[in-house]
Amino acid sequence: MSAQLTIEGATKRFGGITANEDISLEVPEGRIVGLIGPNGSGKSTLFNSVVGYHPVDGGSIRFEGREITRLRTAEIARLGLIRTFQQTHVFVQMTGLQNMAISDAEAGHGLFQLMRPVSAETRERAEALLAFCGLYGKRHLMAGELSFGQRKLLELAMALMVRPRMLLLDEPTAGINPTLINGVIERLQRANREFGVTLFVIEHNMRVIMSLAEHIHCLAHGRLLASGPPEALRNDRRVIDAYLGAR
Amino acid sequence: MSGHRQPLLMLAVAAVGVALPFVIPDYRAQIAMLWALVIMAQTWDITGGQTGYNSFGNILFFGVGMYASVVVQRDVGLDFFPGLVLGMVVGAGIAAALAVLLGSMILRMRGHYFAIATLGLGIAAGEIAGGWDYLGAGSGLSPPLFPAPPGTANLFFAYLYFGVAALVFVALAALYRTRFGLALNAIRDNEDKAEAMGLHTGVYKVTAWTMAAFVLGLVGGAMGNMLGFVDPRDTAFAGATFGVWMVLMAILGGKGTLWGPVLGAVIFHITQELLWTHLLGWQRVALGVIIVGIVVFFPQGILGWARTRWPARHEHQGHGSERA
Repeated sequence: MSAQLTIEGATKRFGGITANEDISLEVPEGRIVGLIGPNGSGKSTLFNSVVGYHPVDGGSIRFEGREITRLRTAEIARLGLIRTFQQTHVFVQMTGLQNMAISDAEAGHGLFQLMRPVSAETRERAEALLAFCGLYGKRHLMAGELSFGQRKLLELAMALMVRPRMLLLDEPTAGINPTLINGVIERLQRANREFGVTLFVIEHNMRVIMSLAEHIHCLAHGRLLASGPPEALRNDRRVIDAYLGAR
Repeated sequence: MSGHRQPLLMLAVAAVGVALPFVIPDYRAQIAMLWALVIMAQTWDITGGQTGYNSFGNILFFGVGMYASVVVQRDVGLDFFPGLVLGMVVGAGIAAALAVLLGSMILRMRGHYFAIATLGLGIAAGEIAGGWDYLGAGSGLSPPLFPAPPGTANLFFAYLYFGVAALVFVALAALYRTRFGLALNAIRDNEDKAEAMGLHTGVYKVTAWTMAAFVLGLVGGAMGNMLGFVDPRDTAFAGATFGVWMVLMAILGGKGTLWGPVLGAVIFHITQELLWTHLLGWQRVALGVIIVGIVVFFPQGILGWARTRWPARHEHQGHGSERA
């Protein structure tokens, strides 16, 4: 299986702090790959670098064979590499349906493509994806009125609206009640299976990531500590030490 | 306002607009000013309300339109009406070009930084115009005389501004129903997310501001002629009056809504006309009190307040009709 996302020697510094140091890893197409590590180990920084929110100080990032190290966020998004945020980012004073309609990349983001009302196709697809995420009944509610978990699901639906090639999910289950967590896991697996979207997931909840991911990378202190299938990492002494703080 | 009531309301306002100059003929000048203020509030709201970019510099486009129009009338040598139309169009064009130029620089700044950057625009323009001999420097310019009996001028401007206001309203109603309108709202709600979804936020912001600038150029272009004189600081780049008012009216009515700026302008203008004559010398104080009152009691504006007060009536709709 070929690598869809390749990170080579990524280094990112903020002043005197090195948040990512020489990280190299690959995410193969069509898979679900996890990214774990203790708080402050540089997971979100790595995501931010990949999607161009801030550029890396060293190393390179390639997506589907294309160099994206220096591209800006919106350009990377248009290639089909979309991220979701740890704290939900939705358009709070717009309805669920409006949130979906503006996320439809196929309807186009050009100025003239935008100068027309929401098409029937966009609306149908939006409603189908809202139903997929269990939000159809709330589609006319302002996104700001949804619960935290529902907003996370809306954000997932919006990301799927783009027909992404790969999703970078930053803690998709954080802050969600345990019952809804299973719903999120199931939807992520279905999105991967039915829509063929590669998932690259940051997750703190070990139960979630162990059941979701086929392959896991573990960061600690800004470096890549270990990589492997879930069972191998679960028993890896270094990973356990990193989490328990022994060092 | 729900879907089926919207056209009725528009018809009612249109009927009032057509009839008003003949129902109260003594107030034609104020009626013309009313519609001009409505347009200023409507256009301010494109960026201020819909996109969340509060501009305190839109008076720049108004003043540029005013100067350009009178200069064209002075130098091109056309009859009054062709000269006025050409002047307004040239003024609007220059204002729009300025918005593209300035916007692509300062619209990169977010939120308050943008607002502060715009503060200087009108002041700087007033200083430049006040020192430029081609524009009459400190003494300003005098537009040509209106070529018809006195009184008809105000009738003409009342209908001119009413027509533009109605066109702008219909155009904005259509615009806010497109995905472009949604994109502006998305920028307002969360610009980082909008970028993360692949939207060209920079282009949309500049476009929105340019639309506002074009219309404000038209409004200013006719205003010089209506007021009878162009002064760099008192009429053209009048930041302390028109410049503040357009922000105030939009917020008063409810920013980010289609009807809010219209409502705000009507209430503001009527209040002003009723009270100002009794408050000689204290107008600025009264204005200050009004600003404080609005911010404290109606931070969401009248329509925003009504929407929170009676949420059921506004369910399932954005700016009126069913839109996705």
